[in-house]
Amino acid sequence: MASSVVVNKKHMSKDELAVNIVGCTLVGIFALVCVIPFYLIIVASFTSESSLIRNGYPLFPTSFDIQSYLLCLKNPVSILMAYGTTIGVTVVGTILAVLLATMTGYVLSRQDFPWRNKFSFFFFFTTLFNGGLVPWYMLCVRYLGFKNSYMGIILPLLFSVWNMIIAKSFMLGIPAAITESAKIDGANDMVIFVRLILPLCKPLLATLGLFSALAYWNDWYNCMLYITNENMFTLQYYLQRMIGSAEAMRIVAEKSGMALPSIPLEGMKMAMTVIATGPIVLLYPFVQKYFVKGLTIGAVKG
Amino acid sequence: MQQVAKKNSFFKTVKKHWMLLLMLLPATLYVIIFSYIPMTGIVLAFKNYQYAGGIYNSPWNGLANFKALLISGKLGMVTRNTLLYNIAFIALGVVFEMGGAILLNEIVSRKFKKISQSLMFLPYFISWVVAGAIMYNIFNYEKGVFNHILTMLGAQPFDLYNTAKAWPIVLIFLKLWKSTGYGSVVYLAAITGMDQEMFEAASIDGANAWQKIRYITIPSLIPTMMVMVLLAIGNIFRGDFGLFYQTVKSSAILTPVTDVIDTYVFRLLITDGNIGVSAAAGLYQSVLCFITIMVCNGLVKKVNPDYALY
Repeated sequence: MASSVVVNKKHMSKDELAVNIVGCTLVGIFALVCVIPFYLIIVASFTSESSLIRNGYPLFPTSFDIQSYLLCLKNPVSILMAYGTTIGVTVVGTILAVLLATMTGYVLSRQDFPWRNKFSFFFFFTTLFNGGLVPWYMLCVRYLGFKNSYMGIILPLLFSVWNMIIAKSFMLGIPAAITESAKIDGANDMVIFVRLILPLCKPLLATLGLFSALAYWNDWYNCMLYITNENMFTLQYYLQRMIGSAEAMRIVAEKSGMALPSIPLEGMKMAMTVIATGPIVLLYPFVQKYFVKGLTIGAVKG
Repeated sequence: MQQVAKKNSFFKTVKKHWMLLLMLLPATLYVIIFSYIPMTGIVLAFKNYQYAGGIYNSPWNGLANFKALLISGKLGMVTRNTLLYNIAFIALGVVFEMGGAILLNEIVSRKFKKISQSLMFLPYFISWVVAGAIMYNIFNYEKGVFNHILTMLGAQPFDLYNTAKAWPIVLIFLKLWKSTGYGSVVYLAAITGMDQEMFEAASIDGANAWQKIRYITIPSLIPTMMVMVLLAIGNIFRGDFGLFYQTVKSSAILTPVTDVIDTYVFRLLITDGNIGVSAAAGLYQSVLCFITIMVCNGLVKKVNPDYALY
């Protein structure tokens, strides 16, 4: 294989070369567009507040000032609380969500299970029709007690039909003989799933784990709907509130003609953005190699 | 007789597969509680909601909520916005995602491929809150990087947050920016699963690289594309709430071009506390979505059953 790649490189024909040039150019430009905003946020977070107010957000680093970060951490209790909530919810939620999606997907991938299509449609139908935001919200608040409860941040993201379909599609690719021979040996379905099937699903687990972790880590919506207790805010909602209140403070200061408060609002916003994003981005390199393999999307039927 | 046989086979199946059914139980309960029971809550759209009565015991008020919705005059606007944005997202999304996957697949340099793929995926990792902060960093009138560049080039600074016209382009760009990386991996996974012998055979027959893309890669991606597009069409009347809520905030100047059904329902419910009318708007949205996906899937099924979702 390796040698054939080298040969190809040497004898790349004209059209292959053209495709490569076009590909590298377009993909390269798009990749740059994707990454530049992150660069700008990081640069701004390390720029001093006075420079931010005088010159605006910089294109290139002008200074290396960690004041904004220090200020974010000066009031560490609420940030640490938000971090704690987000990490706790992400870990618990991700484990449960991956287990639920793979377990359900496995049963629906079993060709000897006669009701697999009926159940598939039972789940899939919920993506076609739903009651809308209002009945769902009313149910959660009035009857399930989601207000200021961790259930309100964990349960809404626990099961995704989409993830279930990905799990099912992946597991359809595992030879049925594995299940069959284990059955003959007397193993029950749960044991087969945990001991035999899950170990074969590493790319799937990595992919679904990443999706679920992202969904939990980046959730602000459910927190906004259900949580009013400041000690239970998730990181993203905390950031949203901070950006909002920083913005409000700035407008008040400008309108009333008072000097801007001495708190470095602009820099803090950027530093907080970096703090709220960092850890989840660092997760990607660990799961990247599994990604393409894990993401096989099939049809709902069959 | 037949009924008895049916009943017997029912119990037989339960007995034989009780463990599998047990494994399905958590997800089944979840879907019943969080999807099917709320579906019964659509009765709220026809009720005058009162706290004491809750969802099911509040008095009926016929179509009054829908009348109020029509009188507000906003329904047409938010429906149009939702539909047009989603059409743009779907059409350009397919082009960008498929194009990205095809080009990534053709690139010989592994290092370049891996790095650019990772970078393209980066925006997918952030929340809309962070995306909103990034937008602010770039397009803020006084401090934004965009105006920096404009003034450096000698042009007039541009006040995006007061220019409604520019928002469709900005929002479409933002959506593509955030989702292309993910979408192209879905297509890339499909390309990786393709039979490599087809390409070799085509090479032997003298096909060049462009012809292979045109006649092998793209046609092979059609099934994946159909799944992705049909799934998106099922949500064509649902706006991406985070995108619209976190970037636009609640700027009144921008509402005519940025308000979608979801932000409208949310405002009715949370800000105005108008439960009946927001439930009616939500039902209107769900019914539109349902009809659209039924019709589209039906049409696809007629043309080519293999491409239908269900």
